[in-house]
Amino acid sequence: MIGQLDPIVLPHVEWSLLSPELILIGGALALLVAGTFRRDRAMAASACVFTVAVAVAALVASWGLWGDVGGGAGGARLAVADAVVVDGFAIFFTVVICVSVALGALLAHGYLRQEKLEAPSFYVLMMLSASGGILMAKANDLILIFLGLEILSIALYVLAGYHQRREQSREAAIKYFVLGSFSSAFFLYGVALTYGSTGSTNLGFIAEFLSTQTVTGGVLLGGFALLLVGLGFKVAAVPFHMWTPDVYQGSPTPVTGFMAAAAKAAGFAALLRIFFSAFGTEQLDWKPIVWVLAVLSMVVGSTLAVVQTDVKRMLAYSSISHAGYILIGLQAANDRGIAGSLFYLLAYAFLIAGSFAVVAIVSRRGDLRTGLDAYRGLSRDRPALAFAFTVFLLAQAGVPFTSGFLAKFYVISAAVEARSYAIAVIAMLASVVAAFFYLRLIVVMYMAENQTMAGVGPETSTGDIESAGEGGVATAVMTRVHVPVAAAVAIGICLAFTIGAGLLPQPVIDFARHATILRL
Amino acid sequence: MSVPGAWYLGLAAMLFSIGAVGLLIRRNVLIMFMCVELMLNAVNLTFVTYARMLNDIGGQVVVFFVLVVAAAEVVVGLAIIVSIFRRRADATADDISLLKG
Repeated sequence: MIGQLDPIVLPHVEWSLLSPELILIGGALALLVAGTFRRDRAMAASACVFTVAVAVAALVASWGLWGDVGGGAGGARLAVADAVVVDGFAIFFTVVICVSVALGALLAHGYLRQEKLEAPSFYVLMMLSASGGILMAKANDLILIFLGLEILSIALYVLAGYHQRREQSREAAIKYFVLGSFSSAFFLYGVALTYGSTGSTNLGFIAEFLSTQTVTGGVLLGGFALLLVGLGFKVAAVPFHMWTPDVYQGSPTPVTGFMAAAAKAAGFAALLRIFFSAFGTEQLDWKPIVWVLAVLSMVVGSTLAVVQTDVKRMLAYSSISHAGYILIGLQAANDRGIAGSLFYLLAYAFLIAGSFAVVAIVSRRGDLRTGLDAYRGLSRDRPALAFAFTVFLLAQAGVPFTSGFLAKFYVISAAVEARSYAIAVIAMLASVVAAFFYLRLIVVMYMAENQTMAGVGPETSTGDIESAGEGGVATAVMTRVHVPVAAAVAIGICLAFTIGAGLLPQPVIDFARHATILRL
Repeated sequence: MSVPGAWYLGLAAMLFSIGAVGLLIRRNVLIMFMCVELMLNAVNLTFVTYARMLNDIGGQVVVFFVLVVAAAEVVVGLAIIVSIFRRRADATADDISLLKG
């Protein structure tokens, strides 16, 4: 046998098409090395700036690829022995993930300094995790999706437990780790069953195989189901959502923001590509399951969010319900639905990063003040911060003139176009329920009297926060919350996008629509 | 005597189920962790069996990727377990109950 083996032919690797991931990985490694030499405050600040610069460089690189794929000579194409696909869809998710990295880094700077955590390795893990997410979006092979999923997740497990001194953070890490690896195993078993029934793990091959032959028997169906379970965990769809509230609450707040934006986007990238592109011919089999997942996510997420008193947990349940809305786009299974899902994910990345930025600022040192009470009278304390949070919450509720409204509008109209009237009605009812808890938080910020604020002048600033933090939460010596500059920039960007995309949505919609059309 | 491929698939499915059920019912975090490894190796067995049945080398190559990923997961997982149970006598999941609601 050995004598007959063909020589191993290495695939041609088109490095330039992988430039966003390579920039992120290169940046991460450079920062890792640089971080071993200097560990002072200046290093922490430059690590943050460096990470933002790397994310922007990756954005510029994907902008170049977009021109190449959209109008240039190349067009959407396969690369690296058909394992990687470079198309509008992949580039769209690259943009979403790079934006989350930049926002996450801006948000992390103040937090790491306030909690006295080591800076460079945090950003390194964030960039590595993002490179895994981009790989998931670009993969044309189930194994590559699995590798991307693991690169994304393993770095996130560490990030969730980054605040080692806090028991909540360690607990979030272990819960995320156990349930995450559990779901990865399900995903992998789904890959194995799909491989067994179609003969390949390549998505293009699977699509072609399924369009020419009818596969009977339960193995392929089992494969669908297990893939859906694995990715359902990642995107936090009900009934695979149990980890979400605990992990979102326990993780350091900047990590939660990054996780909610980037991990969800990467999970949906894989979900949309696998089911809409590769299993497109088997729609009758998976559409009912996706319908159930979408409805359950919206209903359970919205109703359980109502009873939460912790804002991080509330946002976790609301992120579950958002996963339901994004699934509507997949359930509609038409171009409009997919474009709607893409728009939703981009809008949501900014919304959730902005929301958690505010939560990180309000929770102060120790990251403990995340209850509703912490937001009492925030409008008098920090009017700009309260205004920004109000916009993010209203946009998540789907109020017009914000990006969130259009996102919901597009997925629901896609469902109507696909004649799935029931799910459209359920989605609208669920958003009414969801509006309740967003509005309750706004009411707390604007209407409620803040007793502890009485007598504290507005000019008391950072100096007192140090002493207030020492005594723990119980010492209700509440000064004005300190807003780090980097976090303020992040909130400003999120606010500008949320309102900008709400008033002038056309460029963003065109981006999402072209990304859907430019798909292999 | 050759064992039919379906038996290997059945064995893999059983191992996977034992791992999944074990993870859900056992309370010791280390054993839960071992259950995940059992699930991954059940998948490896499935891949190798299919590779043999389909006469395709791809399925065997996958196993290497899975082994590497599993090793990376062990590194991170054990570090997390050590960090959480450093100050405790035993590693039961019942103690990890700060976050709920």
